Amino acid sequence: MSPRDAEAPAPAPVPPLDRHPPAGPVRETLVFAGRAVRKLRHNPEQLFDVIVSPIMFTVMFTYLFGGALAGSPQDYLQFLLPGILVQTVMFTSVYTGFTLNQDISKGVFDRFRALPIWRPAPIAGAIAGDVLRYTASALIVLAVGMGIGYRPEAGPAAVLAALALLNLFAFGIGWVFTALALLVRTPGTVMTLSWMVLMPLTFASNIYVDPATMPGWLQAFVAVNPVALIVTALRGVLGAMPDAVDIGLALVAPALIVAVFGPLTMRLYARER
Amino acid sequence: MAALAEEGRVERDGPPAIIAEGLTKRFGATRAVDGIDLSVRRGAIYGLLGPNGAGKTTTVRLLSTLIRPDRGRARVLGHDIVTEPAAVRAGIALTGQFASLDEDLTGRDNLVLIGRLLGLGGRPARSRADQLLAAFGLAEAARRQVRTYSGGMRRRLDIAASLVVTPDLIFLDEPTTGLDPRSRAQVWAIVQGLAGRGTTVLLTTQYLEEADRLAERIAVIDHGRVIAEGTSAELKARVGSGTLHLTLANHAERERAVALLAALGHQPRREVDRRGLSLPVADADVAPDLIARLIAAGIPVADFAYGQPTLDQVFFALTGHAAEPEGAATPGPGLEVMR
Ligand SMILES: Nc1ncnc2c1ncn2[C@@H]1O[C@H](COP(=O)(O)OP(=O)(O)OP(=O)(O)O)[C@@H](O)[C@H]1O
Ligand SMILES: [Mg+2]
Repeated sequence: MSPRDAEAPAPAPVPPLDRHPPAGPVRETLVFAGRAVRKLRHNPEQLFDVIVSPIMFTVMFTYLFGGALAGSPQDYLQFLLPGILVQTVMFTSVYTGFTLNQDISKGVFDRFRALPIWRPAPIAGAIAGDVLRYTASALIVLAVGMGIGYRPEAGPAAVLAALALLNLFAFGIGWVFTALALLVRTPGTVMTLSWMVLMPLTFASNIYVDPATMPGWLQAFVAVNPVALIVTALRGVLGAMPDAVDIGLALVAPALIVAVFGPLTMRLYARER
Repeated sequence: MAALAEEGRVERDGPPAIIAEGLTKRFGATRAVDGIDLSVRRGAIYGLLGPNGAGKTTTVRLLSTLIRPDRGRARVLGHDIVTEPAAVRAGIALTGQFASLDEDLTGRDNLVLIGRLLGLGGRPARSRADQLLAAFGLAEAARRQVRTYSGGMRRRLDIAASLVVTPDLIFLDEPTTGLDPRSRAQVWAIVQGLAGRGTTVLLTTQYLEEADRLAERIAVIDHGRVIAEGTSAELKARVGSGTLHLTLANHAERERAVALLAALGHQPRREVDRRGLSLPVADADVAPDLIARLIAAGIPVADFAYGQPTLDQVFFALTGHAAEPEGAATPGPGLEVMR
């Protein structure tokens, strides 16, 4: 008798384990945040995907157009990098939606939804876990920028403040992609739609060039573009000239987004599929 | 009829683990579940048997509170699925039709995650994970990402994830679909072990053999309705105590054979094989006489066999699918079709 024909070995009996008291919303959220961190550790290339284009843009624009746009590549890099950091965390925030949609389409969320846990915990946890990804991707891009000559004039404390600002901004923006992830069917669609939102927002902004030379209608758009507002605030912080009004304006859009998309996301999440 | 038996069981075993009345769920124009009644005894293995699209998964998703019924009611572990979903979730575990694991994480991390969510501390969650991995033969793969697991390994891990805390009731949606015979036997052993220790199991399957082997009672569902319910033995008995399978030498003779057997008071069924007939008979003794009469009428018989009806035949007799190319299902004597 070949081993294949043999009766399969009966698995060892599983000793019973009684139910425990529930962990509660805070711990459950932290467990999901920990999951996001673990996933990142197993799949660091996910981070690579989102930082590679900001890095390419940085190098390309600095050396190709830097001289023409700002007199010297070095001066241009000084202008460009805060904006690139904003772009980086925005691209990273798209992945929140991507991962969430993957969880849903692969059925992982069905298991979570049948568990006796606080219902929003999986989403709240994923968003909390993003703090790490935003910080990590921003630090990598910052390091590359410093490698080719960027200097944060305001020093380490300002860099920390900038990271905090970036996280707040990305946290807000992230809700748009979370809602999107719950609306569409496949992770690929989340990506495509997200890029359609991101591209105009990042290019029709002050990330790459001073909008002074743009046509009037475009200047009007840039003036209210949330991306441009955060870039302005960030340039102030990193350039040792923080401006409270700029920072306040930069946080208006994320706050509005949370107010609108937060409840919407929770509604979509509770909806049955 | 069933009501009396039901009461008897209630007295013996306390309230049922699942009781559903007229459960209905529509998706657009599709009636995925169309008025299902169920009663599952605590501690039982209960089988939902049905073909693709019968409504098995939808029934499981309704009972496990993932979706809400359009009509009808159900109580799971004594709690209403619509008004007390949290109480239901506290006592159940769900292993869905498609593995619901995090492919990026290791097998161990998946189990630790569920343990932490169920209120275990870090160390107890890890030791519980190791205990389960060992019990399910996954210790060696514990620290590999789930994306590298085979289908059988995923299935076992998926079931293990439902047992981190011992549930009172576990839903297993097609737990062995796509598994090789060896992995299937392993899952069967797991299911039997669970029920042996008092967990109620609601299992869906397309495999008649599986329901027959595992389930104490079976509901056959088709187009969102329960078309028959009972123990495996009861279902078989409804088709007749035994079945005579005939293979004629020549398919052209089949209609004559059907007419002749019908004239003798039998109800022959035309099998998919154009030379095949099967008919419920009281016992094996009548076989030689029937065959002799066929031969005497000039209808040579190439082969014959007498046996218990398989669940397969029961299923086809009830649904009238596939086995009856002419469409007319001819249920055996005493067969109750609950349509
Ligand atoms: N979310 C949904 N949206 C639309 N139709 C659905 C949805 N879920 C199920 N259906 C439909 O409801 C019917 C029953 O589906 P269900 O998944 O419950 O069947 P099943 O018995 O589990 O089948 P299978 O053996 O293929 O898993 C099918 O016709 C299916 O197409
Ligand atoms: Mg199904």
